Amino acid sequence: MTKVAMTVNGTTRSGEVEGRTLLVHFLRDQLGLTGTHVGCDTSQCGACVVHVDGMPVKACTMFAIEADGREVATIEGQANADGSLNTIQQAFQDHHGLQCGFCTPGMVMSAAALLKENPRPSETEVREYLEGNICRCTGYHNIVKAILAASGQDVGAIAAE
Amino acid sequence: MPKDGGIGASTKRREDVRFLTGAGNYTDDINIRGQAHVHFLRSDVAHATINAVDTAAAKDMPGVIRIFTGADFEGVGGLPCGWQVTDRHGQPMQEPGHPVIARGKIRHVGEIVAAVVAETPEQARDAAEAIALDLAELPAVVDMKAALADGATKVHDDLTGNLCYDWGFVEENREAVNEAFTKAAHVTTLELVNQRLVANPMEPRVAVGDYNRGTGDHTLYTTSQNPHVIRLLMGAFVLGIPEHKLRVVAPDVGGGFGSKIFHYAEEAFCTFAAKACNRPVKWTSSRSEAFMSDAHGRDHVTKIELALDAQNNFTALRTETYANMGAYLSTFAPSVPTWLHGTLMAGNYKTPLIYVNVKAVFTNTVPVDAYRGAGRPEATYQLERVIDKAARELGVDPIALRRQNFVTEFPYATPVAVQYDTGDYVATMDKLEQLADLAGFPARRRESESKGLLRGLGVNCYIEACGIAPSNLVGQLGARAGLYESATVRVNATGGLVVMTGSHSHGQGHETAFPQVIAEMIGIDADMIEIVHGDTANTPMGMGTYGSRSIAVGGSAMVRATEKIISKAKKIAAHLMEASEADIELKDGAFGVAGTDKSVAWGDVCLAAYVPHNYPLDDIEPGLEETAFYDPSNFTYPAGAYACEVEVDPETGKVRIVDFTAVDDFGNVINPMIVSGQVHGGLAQGIGQALLESCVYDENGQLLSASYMDYAMPRADDLPFYKVDHSCVTPCTHNPLGVKGCGEAGAIGSPPAVVNAVVDALQSGGKAVTHIDMPLSPSRVWAAMQV
Repeated sequence: MTKVAMTVNGTTRSGEVEGRTLLVHFLRDQLGLTGTHVGCDTSQCGACVVHVDGMPVKACTMFAIEADGREVATIEGQANADGSLNTIQQAFQDHHGLQCGFCTPGMVMSAAALLKENPRPSETEVREYLEGNICRCTGYHNIVKAILAASGQDVGAIAAE
Repeated sequence: MPKDGGIGASTKRREDVRFLTGAGNYTDDINIRGQAHVHFLRSDVAHATINAVDTAAAKDMPGVIRIFTGADFEGVGGLPCGWQVTDRHGQPMQEPGHPVIARGKIRHVGEIVAAVVAETPEQARDAAEAIALDLAELPAVVDMKAALADGATKVHDDLTGNLCYDWGFVEENREAVNEAFTKAAHVTTLELVNQRLVANPMEPRVAVGDYNRGTGDHTLYTTSQNPHVIRLLMGAFVLGIPEHKLRVVAPDVGGGFGSKIFHYAEEAFCTFAAKACNRPVKWTSSRSEAFMSDAHGRDHVTKIELALDAQNNFTALRTETYANMGAYLSTFAPSVPTWLHGTLMAGNYKTPLIYVNVKAVFTNTVPVDAYRGAGRPEATYQLERVIDKAARELGVDPIALRRQNFVTEFPYATPVAVQYDTGDYVATMDKLEQLADLAGFPARRRESESKGLLRGLGVNCYIEACGIAPSNLVGQLGARAGLYESATVRVNATGGLVVMTGSHSHGQGHETAFPQVIAEMIGIDADMIEIVHGDTANTPMGMGTYGSRSIAVGGSAMVRATEKIISKAKKIAAHLMEASEADIELKDGAFGVAGTDKSVAWGDVCLAAYVPHNYPLDDIEPGLEETAFYDPSNFTYPAGAYACEVEVDPETGKVRIVDFTAVDDFGNVINPMIVSGQVHGGLAQGIGQALLESCVYDENGQLLSASYMDYAMPRADDLPFYKVDHSCVTPCTHNPLGVKGCGEAGAIGSPPAVVNAVVDALQSGGKAVTHIDMPLSPSRVWAAMQV
């Protein structure tokens, strides 16, 4: 077992892990941050996307010990300080960008990374950026719409509701 | 206009806040103090005799608590099948045993051979790898027609061959249909495959068993669409636990699409092992396990023939389908190719004579059961493809051919035993032509051609039967369950209320849409209404969510319970205002006396019911809580018309969906935003089937697509923005809300639209292509163009 310590959503957290413990399991099982989900075992689905030192990372492709000493941001730390939804989260609710909610944390974390890198993406750029995130419920229509809306673009012309 | 929060409002979903902040409570988020973990050792061969399972080395591995093999389940029931189909000779289907852990033989890749319970998941996995299996591999049968050949390897030694049943429907029509074909002016024949799919909800299945030695109570937390059904099946048929000692909880569930309807071995195992080990036992599926243990969908091979007269009227339809059951009968598997498929073969058309033959076959593959649409996509795909082919053979416009043969009088009794109550297929097609700008297609085609691309337009219709019912009918058809739904409405003393429903939400937005109905009925704020579901301890007996039945059946039960509440509340209000009960009117959350300005607020009546100081105790019991069970008198029949436009790259065969329009008649709509979202999701799954998805076995029964590396899931850049419309409304006539159901429409209507469009594109490029089997991958499309 190895000791690890990292800043998670602004707070220093530590624990003991096996060498093979993945970051996602450390977050979920040891820190109780169950918002980050495991949807596959081949790093295809993106339900586990978190940010490590500000970059989007699939938490099932990284060992917990690789995150030692680094800054990790998860879905639990995304809302505004007063607990209200942040701009991206609010856009997902406003535009019905989620149904079962399982892929949603990964989608929100990917969207946040995209908008940091490219504040006004085109529809094509949003769709291409989401290549690593699978949603089985929404058909992506409202996810793409929500991300465009969160970037401040007018989505009124994109289908009703 | 609907008032805010009532029926017809696109209310934002209240459940979203917890999902968007990571505060959901999915089954894998549940951890019970002292829990152990199970790892299932699954077969990596399709068919074998088990000579020995040697656990000697594994049981001494670190952390191992106990190892279970098939021998530990002697005396435990097998997984039951919930639907018995009778074949065309009046004989019951062949129904093999389905053990929790394989005994004697392995019959498909992924079947459980042993289970290791250990302190950690890693220790359980490590120990499972140390189990030595002595297997004598047997030849596998994978192809259905080969499985039915003389001398084929048998999947089950104790059955007569691999035929589960040979079903004919309507058997009495068989000869008349054959005769109609001999008299036809034109016959169009099409052979096609509706390929095997995997449902792939993003949340893999999880089961956590818990046992309280002090009380003898069992609890199972599981990813299920219908916890009461799991309680009944597992308690009564597998483990022999009385229902009052068994609680099944399905909290937040991350999608189902049918695959979480069924009772699975892992659920029974964790419940059994929790008692045997005196520890809570948890299993979390990996995605690869999901591919080889979740029930698969579709997998039909069909020949369909359409007969037309000299005026192009449909005169008869004849189909022969081979339906793969896999190695065992999953919970509702036999009903899917039969009653959920054959009864929809009339589609939107007045074909007077129809005969459907289905041969269900056992093979050495994972069991197949209902997946989004379940039987109805298979029916629609055949019918809408053969109509399209007929139009091309006859040189007529495919839309005109459809319009000519539409059912236009309602109610309409089909020759395949169902009665459509309402519909207006002309109106939906009109709306589609306008919304999809079909008149502008030739110009768009020329534009694509100027870029060197082939553009195709595919149009089709669909009808489906939702809200499966009524119980006495499905009982006659072989269902071993009733198909009602229930709701308990509990009003609190302060006027807020809780609805406990047997419907289950796994993404459908019940917590938002259900309160909209009650808010409208009582005239109170929807925020005063809470929905409780997914826990057999807290909700009345229910049948769960599948087949687009939640609002049509579950919502109707809720309406009936709320009507009882209102009826009782009116009696209380009459007493409070010293008025006649017949004069009491409920409007905007207050009870008034007709013709007067007297009124008493909803909250005051509720308080009186629980603080009965001024209350007619001689006449009415205190309290305000009512339960209703609702058993529908018929299915509901949503229908629609879809149009897809594709561009095909003739150099590579790559298909791009450039436009997709869906016009649906869902009857009345409670929350248009949620309904559109349901359609979007269905479209993505249907387009996924048409272009990308396929579950593939090799000839030895090895599963070649067992991860997202090998199974092409649709992603954001595979799909366009869709145009969806549900303004064509013909309300259902037999449920109190006039609703029909929307969850499966997109998955039913989209595959034929895509394939029709690709065939149209290739033909526009001069290719004599009449059919390509799904998925229309670039290689398949390119190969078809080379002929």
